[in-house]
Amino acid sequence: MVKPTRVTNAIRALRFAHGELTQAQLAAAVGVTRQTIIAIEQGRYSPSLELAFQISHVFGVPLDDVFQYPAESAAAAAEEGR
Amino acid sequence: MAYEVKGAWVGLIVGIVTFIVYLTVLLARAADGALEQTPYVDAMLWSIGAGIVAVIIVTIFVTIATRRDGTQTDVRDKQISARAEFTSRGLLILGALTALVLAMLEADHFWIAHAIFLGFLLSGILEGVTKIALYRRGVPAW
Repeated sequence: MVKPTRVTNAIRALRFAHGELTQAQLAAAVGVTRQTIIAIEQGRYSPSLELAFQISHVFGVPLDDVFQYPAESAAAAAEEGR
Repeated sequence: MAYEVKGAWVGLIVGIVTFIVYLTVLLARAADGALEQTPYVDAMLWSIGAGIVAVIIVTIFVTIATRRDGTQTDVRDKQISARAEFTSRGLLILGALTALVLAMLEADHFWIAHAIFLGFLLSGILEGVTKIALYRRGVPAW
């Protein structure tokens, strides 16, 4: 059974805070397509841990500042046996 | 539009058109008699061959026409492809199992061939639909 992702992110805000970095520039910096950056920003795709770290390194901030996973979501996921 | 999405659309449209043409030819030939007595081998082989060639030619044409979009693919494309293949595999197995049962029941070759053909075709269509849906609506967590 597939479930929607509960991971949220602050990529859009971080891009604007870092000299209005474009989606294409961020995509080129981490080696993915612009469509993938758009999908991540819109919460339609959860990146791999490796890609998540690469994105956080581009902004020079800890992973937690880029991606968030609500505590209640973690508890719900544990109850569902995921 | 991403390179892989275009490929999915091309495969989907060519697959559906090829099947409609094949079905039209088969039903036209069968107008006079029983369906299982209808010659189908040449039409089926032509539709498979023409479908493969059409996908290659149309993909090249679309890639050239939209070359500014680029042909880059990444890990998300691979994940979507894998998920679509996983989803569509069930229909392929169903087609093979149906053919197996038909062979055990000593059914006419016509029905055995068409069970396998439909398994290939429908799993291909489902794979294309799944890919497009995942690109448009997002990749859900397992």
